[in-house]
Amino acid sequence: MQEWANQLCENRQFGSKMTDSKYFTTTKKGEIFELKAELNSDKKEKKKEAVKKVIASMTVGKDVSALFPDVVNCMQTDNLELKKLVYLYLMNYAKSQPDMAIMAVNTFVKDCEDPNPLIRALAVRTMGCIRVDKITEYLCEPLRKCLKDEDPYVRKTAAVCVAKLHDINAQLVEDQGFLDTLKDLISDSNPMVVANAVAALSEIAESHPNSNLMDLNPQTINKLLTALNECTEWGQIFILDCLANYTPRDDRESQSICERVTPRLSHANSAVVLSAVKVLMKFMEMLPKDLDYYGTLLKKLAPPLVTLLSAEPELQYVALRNINLIVQRRPEILKHEMKVFFVKYNDPIYVKLEKLDIMIRLASQANIAQVLAELKEYATEVDVDFVRKAVRAIGRCAIKVEQSAERCVSTLLDLIQTKVNYVVQEAIVVIKDIFRKYPNKYESVIATLCENLDSLDEPEARAAMIWIVGEYAERIDNADELLESFLEGFHDESTQVQLQLLTAIVKLFLKKPTETQELVQQVLSLATQDSDNPDLRDRGYIYWRLLSTDPVAAKEVVLAEKPLISEETDLIEPTLLEELICHIGTLASVYHKPPSAFVEGSRGVQHKRLPGSTESGESESPDTASAAAVSDAPPAVIPSQGDLLGDLLNLDLTPPTTAGPPPPASSGMQMGAMDLLGGGLDSLMGDESEPLGGDLGGSPAIGAGFGAPPAAMPASFSAPVSGGLDDLFDLGGGVGMPMGAYSAPKTVWLPALKAKGLEISGTFARRSGVIQMEMTLTNKAMSVMTDFAIQFNRNSFGLAPAGPLQVLTPLSPNQSIEVTLPLNTVGPVMKMEPLNNLQVAVKNNIDVFYFSCQYPISMLFVEDGKMERQVFLATWKDIPNDSEAQFQIKDCHLSSDAASNKLQGSNIFTIAKRTVDGQDMLYQSMKLTNGIWVLTEMRVQAGNPVYTVSLKCRAAEVSQWVFQSYEAVLKN
Amino acid sequence: MIHSLFVINHLGDIFLEKHWKSVISRSVCDYFFEAREKAVDPENVPPVLQTPHHYLISIYRGKLFFLSVIQTEVPPLFVIEFLHRVADTFQDYFGECSESVISDNVVIVYELLEEMLDNGFPLATESNVLKEMIRPPNILRSVVNTLTGGSNVGETLPQGQLSNIPWRRAGVKYTNNEAYFDVTEEIDAIVDKSGTTVSAEIQGVIEACVKLSGMPDLTMSFMNPRLLDDVSFHPCVRFRRWESERVLSFIPPDGNFTLMTYHISSQNLVAIPVYVKQSISFFEAGSCGRLDITIGPKQTMGKTVEDLKVTVHMPKAVLNANLTASQGNYTYDFTTKLLVWDIGKLNPQKLPNLRGSLSMQTGVPNPEENPSLNIDLKIQQLAISGLKVSRLDMYGEMYKPFKGVKYVTKAGKFQVRT
Repeated sequence: MQEWANQLCENRQFGSKMTDSKYFTTTKKGEIFELKAELNSDKKEKKKEAVKKVIASMTVGKDVSALFPDVVNCMQTDNLELKKLVYLYLMNYAKSQPDMAIMAVNTFVKDCEDPNPLIRALAVRTMGCIRVDKITEYLCEPLRKCLKDEDPYVRKTAAVCVAKLHDINAQLVEDQGFLDTLKDLISDSNPMVVANAVAALSEIAESHPNSNLMDLNPQTINKLLTALNECTEWGQIFILDCLANYTPRDDRESQSICERVTPRLSHANSAVVLSAVKVLMKFMEMLPKDLDYYGTLLKKLAPPLVTLLSAEPELQYVALRNINLIVQRRPEILKHEMKVFFVKYNDPIYVKLEKLDIMIRLASQANIAQVLAELKEYATEVDVDFVRKAVRAIGRCAIKVEQSAERCVSTLLDLIQTKVNYVVQEAIVVIKDIFRKYPNKYESVIATLCENLDSLDEPEARAAMIWIVGEYAERIDNADELLESFLEGFHDESTQVQLQLLTAIVKLFLKKPTETQELVQQVLSLATQDSDNPDLRDRGYIYWRLLSTDPVAAKEVVLAEKPLISEETDLIEPTLLEELICHIGTLASVYHKPPSAFVEGSRGVQHKRLPGSTESGESESPDTASAAAVSDAPPAVIPSQGDLLGDLLNLDLTPPTTAGPPPPASSGMQMGAMDLLGGGLDSLMGDESEPLGGDLGGSPAIGAGFGAPPAAMPASFSAPVSGGLDDLFDLGGGVGMPMGAYSAPKTVWLPALKAKGLEISGTFARRSGVIQMEMTLTNKAMSVMTDFAIQFNRNSFGLAPAGPLQVLTPLSPNQSIEVTLPLNTVGPVMKMEPLNNLQVAVKNNIDVFYFSCQYPISMLFVEDGKMERQVFLATWKDIPNDSEAQFQIKDCHLSSDAASNKLQGSNIFTIAKRTVDGQDMLYQSMKLTNGIWVLTEMRVQAGNPVYTVSLKCRAAEVSQWVFQSYEAVLKN
Repeated sequence: MIHSLFVINHLGDIFLEKHWKSVISRSVCDYFFEAREKAVDPENVPPVLQTPHHYLISIYRGKLFFLSVIQTEVPPLFVIEFLHRVADTFQDYFGECSESVISDNVVIVYELLEEMLDNGFPLATESNVLKEMIRPPNILRSVVNTLTGGSNVGETLPQGQLSNIPWRRAGVKYTNNEAYFDVTEEIDAIVDKSGTTVSAEIQGVIEACVKLSGMPDLTMSFMNPRLLDDVSFHPCVRFRRWESERVLSFIPPDGNFTLMTYHISSQNLVAIPVYVKQSISFFEAGSCGRLDITIGPKQTMGKTVEDLKVTVHMPKAVLNANLTASQGNYTYDFTTKLLVWDIGKLNPQKLPNLRGSLSMQTGVPNPEENPSLNIDLKIQQLAISGLKVSRLDMYGEMYKPFKGVKYVTKAGKFQVRT
C-alpha cells in the first residue's frame, strides 16, 4: 500500500499544481510531525490545507490516526468545508480511537442545534456514521429532536440515521421508541421524508424477519402512492419495493394501485421501471382476465421492458434475467418482440447467453423461421460457449415447435457438414433428443451422423452417438462393428459412455441375437468383472440376470417404448416462479433462486406468494386455502412417538377430500422433501408402494429418475409446514417439562497464584435467553479486595458484558462471592483461535489480571433457531456437500426422543424425525447469535450407543464446536 | 444498501475505495479478480457476483471498473444505476472519467461520494444539487481560492433539495436566456448477407441545454407524437399531460440534462440510410483472402451522409491487409485485428469502395467465422424516424428566450453480417 502510494506520488510530480495531487507530495519522514504543526497553525487557510492533506493521505490508506486530537480541534469552525473534512476524518478513525471520539461529541450536539438546517443535518448524519457504542448514547437526544425538526431536509436525514443506529445497537433503537417515530414519518407531508422513512424501515425489517414493522393498510398505501409521484428516483424505488409487499383487498383496489403505478414505467431510471414492473406483475394476478384494463396493462408492460435492453450491458443483463421470468409467467407480453433479443456480435457474452435463452422461450410457429435463421448465424460465431448454446437452442426449437422440427434437423445437418468439431458434437447431442421426441421420423440422417463417429471426443457426444446406434441398431448395417470399435477402449471411457455402451450393446443383442452374442458377453464381463464402478457393475448384473433368466422379459424391459420427452425441460417450477415474480428486480431474480436459499439467516422464513385472482368464487385466496388444509390435515408427518406404522397409515389414508382446494402443485422444495425425508419412506414401503405411491404424488417416478413432475401433492405433505409446531409441542410434552440449557460445572479460570490471591472459577450458561457468565470470586490473599471491574477482549461472536460486574461489598480474606454477569453479543468482533476463546481482564484494587476461557458454543444458540421445514430442506440442499462434517457421539444411551428433548433445552431444535430400519433420523437446526444457521442430521439406532451427527453450515469453522456442544449436552 | 465502493483500473489496481458503513477489506475484490481473469475481456465480466458473505456488483466504464459491495438483498439495478450515476458525475465534474482525473481530484471525489450516498442510501445525485454544494474544479477558482481562502464547498443549503422540484436550483439568473434542444437518433440494426434487414430499431434522445432565469415552465409539442409509444422521461416531465395531450410540459433543471429518451421498435419500419455490398473470402490455398466492400446511399431522405466509417473485426488468422480505398483511408491494426476504413462524406455519384487482398497466417485452418462489419455514420438535420418538434412555449416568466432545435441521426449498433 505504502509502495503504491509512493508510486502514485512519483507519477504525480509532473501533474498540474492546481489539482489535489499536490497533497500527495509529502511522503517523507516526519510528515506526521509536519502536519501536526500545520494543523495547530493559527492561520485558517493553512489549517484547512493541512486537513486536506490528512484526508488525502487517509484515502490512499495511510495511517494518520495519530493526528486525531489535532484534527478534532479543527472541528469548531464555521467554515463548512473544513467542518465536512473533519467529519470525514472522524468517521474513518472514530472506531479505532473511541475515547478520543467522545471529545467530539459536544461539537456534534451543538451542531445539531445550529440555525442552519444543512449543519444540523450534517451533524446528525455524521454522528450516525461514527460506529462507536459509547457515542450512540449521546446521539439519542439530538436524533429525537432532528426526527421532529421543522425542516424536512433534517427529518429525512434523521430517518436514515435511525437505520444506522439500529445497525450499531438495535436494542437501543427499540428502547428509545425510534421505530415508532419512524413509522409516523411515513405520514409526513414531505415526500422525500416518506421515502427515506420507508427505506430505513425496510432495511431494519430485513434484520427482523418476523417483525411487523411495515404495517401496510389502505391509508398508508395511499400516502405512499402520493409520495411516489413527488419524491426522487431512489425514493420511488424504495416505495415501489415496499408497495410490492402489500396484498390488496380486492381487484378494485388492485386496479387503482396499478393505475397509479403505471406512469413509473416511463421513468428514465431503470431500477424504478423494474420495481414498477414487479408491483404490476404481482397485482395483475388479482385482476379478472376479461377486464379491459387487464389487456391495457399487458400492452403497457412491453415497451419499458424493451427499452431496458437498449441500456448499458450491465443493466441489460439484470433486465434479461428478469425478462426470462416474466416470459415464463406471461409469455403474451413480449410475444411480438422477438427481434429485440437478437444478438449483436459485440454484446458481452453474458448478455448473449441470456438473450439466446429468451429467444427459445419466445419461439413459436409464427416466428420460428426468423429464429432459426438467427441461430444458424450464431452457430458460426467465434465464442465457443455461445456457439454451443446456439446449436443446442436449435434442438430445443425442434422439440418445442413441432412444425419446425424438419427445418431444425436440416439446419443441424448443415452444421454437421461444417465439420467444426464442437459444433458437430453439440449437434449430435441435440439430435438424440429430437429422436426421443419424434421417433421414427428422422432416422434417415443416421448415416450422416455415423460418418462423424471418429471426431467425437467429448463424453456427452459419444454417449449420445452410442445411444443412437443402440436404439436404431436394426437399421444400421454395421452397428455391431461401430459398437465394437468403442469397446476397445472401454476402460478409458467416462462412466456416462460406459453405461450407454453397455445398454446399447444389450439392445443390439436383443435385436440381432445371432451375430452379437460374443459382443454382449464381452461387454458384460467388462462391466461386471473388470470395473470397480458400482453403477456400472450393478447395471451389468441386472442385464446379465435378465438375459439369462428370461430373454423375452428382457426384451420387454430393455426395448420398451419410451415416453416422449416433454416440450420444455428447463422451465422454472411454478411455485418457485411465483415466488420469484414477487422478487423481480432483486438478487433472487438474478440468481433464479428463492431468497431463503442464499440470503444468509435473514428473512429466510417468509415466502412470498402471488395473490390469487378474485374473479370467481371457487378459488379462495391461497392464505385461507392453506389455512384450511392445515386445520384439516392431521399433524402426522412428523411422528411424535416414533410410531411409524401408524403414521404411514395416517398419511396414506388422509382423505383426499380435504376441504378447500389442495395447495397449488408441488414446489421444488416440497420435492426436496420427498428426496430427503421421503427417501427412507419409499424404501420402507417396499412392495406396498403400489397402493401408497399414488397418494405420494408419483414419488416412485422421482426415484426412478424420470423428470416427470409429480401431480399435485397430497395436502398432508404441504400442510405440516405450519403443523410442525404442534408436533413439537408433542415432542416436548411427551417427556415432561423441557429441561433448561445445559451448563458445565465451574472450572478454575484464574488460579490464585497468578492473580495475587484472587481466584476465579466460573462457567457459562444461557438462562431464558440471556447469556450469563457465572463466576465465583475467592479472596485467598491477606487483604480486602474492592473495586472489581471486568472487560473482554474482542472475540469471535462479539460477546461483551451487558453491565458492570456487581461486586458491591468488599471481598474480605477467605471470603467467596457468587457473581452472575449477563452478557450481550453486540461487542466488537474479531476471529479468535480457537473460535470460542474469550480473553478476559479483571481489575481490582490490587492489579489487573488477564485470563482466557472457552465458552460452549451452545450458549450462543438463540431461541428462535427453529428453521421452517421447507427452508431447512432448501438450505440443506443448497450447502455444498463438501462442507458437510460428520461426527460420532459414543456411549450415549438416550432414546432419540429424550435426546431431542434434551437438545431442545439448549435451543437445538428438532424439525423432523424419520424412522428407517429401526434407525431414527432427527433433523435439527440451530441459529447462532450472529445469524449463522447450523443444520444437522442425527442418526440414532436403538440399542446402539453411537450416534452419528452430520452437520452442514455455511461457516464450516463452527462445526467442531457445535459437535462439542452436542456431546456436552447429551452426556450431561 | 450499498456498503462500499472500489474503483479498479485496467491493471487490476484498486486506486480508490470508499466505505459508507463499516470498512470491508480489499480482499473481497479477489473474487472479482478471479472472475475478471476468467472472462478474458474486461467487457465480459459478469456484473453480479456472489461471494460467501457479500455480493459484488460492478460496471465497466471508461476502462475502469466501479465495484460495489453489498451485504443484503438490494435491487441490483438500483446499484448499477447508481454506479453509472457516479461515473456520470465524475464525467460532469472533471470532463472525463479516468484514473488520472480521479486521483488528481481525490478530495472532491470523496466529498462527492459522501454527498451522493448516506449509509448506503442515495442522497443527492442530481448534478444541479451537487454543484450547489460542491463546486466543480476550475483553474480560475483554484487561483482565487488560494488567494482569498475561499473554498469549493457551497455555504448555502441546497434549496432545491427541499422544494417540490428538487432538480432545479433556485435563483437562477442569466442575461441571455436560451433553450436549445438536440434530438439525436441512433439506428441499431442488423443487416444480413443479402442486404435484408434482420432487425432495426431507433434509440432517440432529446438532450437539452436550458439557461433560463427564474422558474420557466416549458411546453414542447411534436408534429407527430404518435411515433412515441415507448418513452422515458426526466423526472421533471409531467406525465399526466403527456398521457392526455401528448405534449411535454416541464420546469427544466438548470443547464444540461436529458429531457427524454425514446425507442422506436422493430415493428415500425425503420429507414436504413445506406446499403453495403461486400464480399470477404478466405482461400484454402495460398493462405490469403479477398475483401471487397462498397457502400451506397439507400434511404437518406435527401440529406448527405457524413462521417462514414466501417470497422471490421478480422479473424485471428489475418495478418495483414493490402487494400486500396477509392475514398478515405484505411488502417489495419494486426494486434487488435481491427480494420478501420474512414470514408468521410458519402458521394452518391461515386460510391466509395475498398478492395484488395488479406494475407493470412500459414498453416492455420481457415477461419470458420465471418467477420461482421460495423458501420458508423452521421446525418445532420434529420431525425430518421421523422420526429419533428412543432412548438416550444414558455410560461411563468416574462422575458423572451432564444430557442432552437437541432436534429441529427447516427448509426448506433449498426452491423452488417457477411
